[in-house]
Amino acid sequence: MRKAVIIGAGMTPVGEHWKLGLRDLAVEALLNAMDDAGIDKVDSLYVGNMISGPLVEQENLGALIADWAGLGNIPAVKIEAACASGGAAVQEGVKAVLSGLEDVVAVVGIEKMTDAWPSDTTRYLGYAADAEWELFHGASFVALNALVMRYYMKTYGYTEEDLALFAVNAHANGAKNPYAMFKRPIKVETVLKSPYIADPLKLFDASPVCDGAAAVIITTPEKAEELGVPKEKWVEVAGMGRAIDTINLANREDLLTLKAAKIAAERAYKMAGVEPKNIDFFEVHDAFTIMAALSLEALGVAKKGEGAKLAKEGQIAIDADYPIQTMGGLKARGHPVGATGVYQTVEAVLQLRGEAPSQVPDAEVGLTQNIGGTGSNITVSIFRRV
Amino acid sequence: MSRPMQVSRYWRHFREKYRLIGGKCENGHVFFPHRQVCPVCGSRNVEEYEFSGKGKVISWTIVRNPPSGFEYYKPYPLALVQLEDGPIVLAQLTDVDPEEIDFGMEVEVVTKKIREFEEDGIILYGYKFRPPVK
Ligand SMILES: [Zn+2]
Repeated sequence: MRKAVIIGAGMTPVGEHWKLGLRDLAVEALLNAMDDAGIDKVDSLYVGNMISGPLVEQENLGALIADWAGLGNIPAVKIEAACASGGAAVQEGVKAVLSGLEDVVAVVGIEKMTDAWPSDTTRYLGYAADAEWELFHGASFVALNALVMRYYMKTYGYTEEDLALFAVNAHANGAKNPYAMFKRPIKVETVLKSPYIADPLKLFDASPVCDGAAAVIITTPEKAEELGVPKEKWVEVAGMGRAIDTINLANREDLLTLKAAKIAAERAYKMAGVEPKNIDFFEVHDAFTIMAALSLEALGVAKKGEGAKLAKEGQIAIDADYPIQTMGGLKARGHPVGATGVYQTVEAVLQLRGEAPSQVPDAEVGLTQNIGGTGSNITVSIFRRV
Repeated sequence: MSRPMQVSRYWRHFREKYRLIGGKCENGHVFFPHRQVCPVCGSRNVEEYEFSGKGKVISWTIVRNPPSGFEYYKPYPLALVQLEDGPIVLAQLTDVDPEEIDFGMEVEVVTKKIREFEEDGIILYGYKFRPPVK
């Protein structure tokens, strides 16, 4: 079977980009990735994006971005899997390369969230839930995560303080990332004193609404050599998996198991031939602190009910056994929803090349996990230093 | 800002939303909402099943930053209710002091207004849950 390697990575800072539109951000990230690989053309483009239609009245992002990036008459499409759109787009790009149909593929993740009114953005994010049976009742995305958070705390005896540790860790790492939205460390008290947005979930348990774009270039080792891309730049896509669960939170078999993540991770581990203990760092989808805890459990890093314990024991810091969110995670780097999975990929590439601002020493294998919905559509990808 | 045409969308579900009608498959699995394929066993032999509407709160939150269309009602309690027949249903709680809500609190279904004051002008009704009226 063919192998896939990432030979270029680029991104824009995450933030409120009042002066830049969707296409500006996407093109900038894409050109950065192409420059990084030292190439000026690609065979196809996959765009990870969740809600550009409602947010900025723009669909057909494949054509828009390929056109404005000057990529010519290539095939280009948008991939949507709610907040996991970016992770899914990367995997579709890898599949295109592995299939042999395309040799050099560009993937860009983009979301422009600050061009809409906040309560409308809240509504559009809710489109990832079940419109008829969740959004109908006034359930925001935050509210659905709050329901899971309260149930988790009750079931396993955790406090709001325990979950706040995930936010503290993310900010500690994000403080060193020049591309992060929040570059300031925070204390547990900062989280606890922030206002409730859906009790017991507070403002600082949640990732911010923001804009951003990230991009990668994927090809085969043979083609990378032919293109003259230096080997130090290569990062192998060693494993990947993807699965869905019920879109409606209330229909879950178990409210506290991210079953889709579990299945996706099993597939990715098998393909890469690794176990959780072989992974040097984890970029998990901490859109809310509770999701970081549940993700660690689903990925097999912590036992069921012990995800938050890992944070309490100090095992998620950059110099500990299971570093997570090495460049700030969704919480501090920011969560431009459809772009997030591609940001995670870019950050994994930087870690594995040894170029990360908060470097995990001798990192050889890294994992990214991207959640769409309240756990309804999840991608897990594993990357390895070549 | 424009919204989908709401009237047909909501009338399609009014029986389920006013009377809490879900589904039951040939093997006895009950679920809510109704769907063509049983989520437990995959059977396509599914008939309607009307729930008693009694249940218990298993988790809840207070929505303080609602999606557009619900700003007028904030803050409001939203809960996961485990029905006595099995399935879990998401709905707002009503006629209750937020301080009184607790794990295991007994509730019963009631038909209430879900929202109005929207540009489409229609008033939506549906199920909510409240502490039982004795
Ligand atoms: Zn059945």
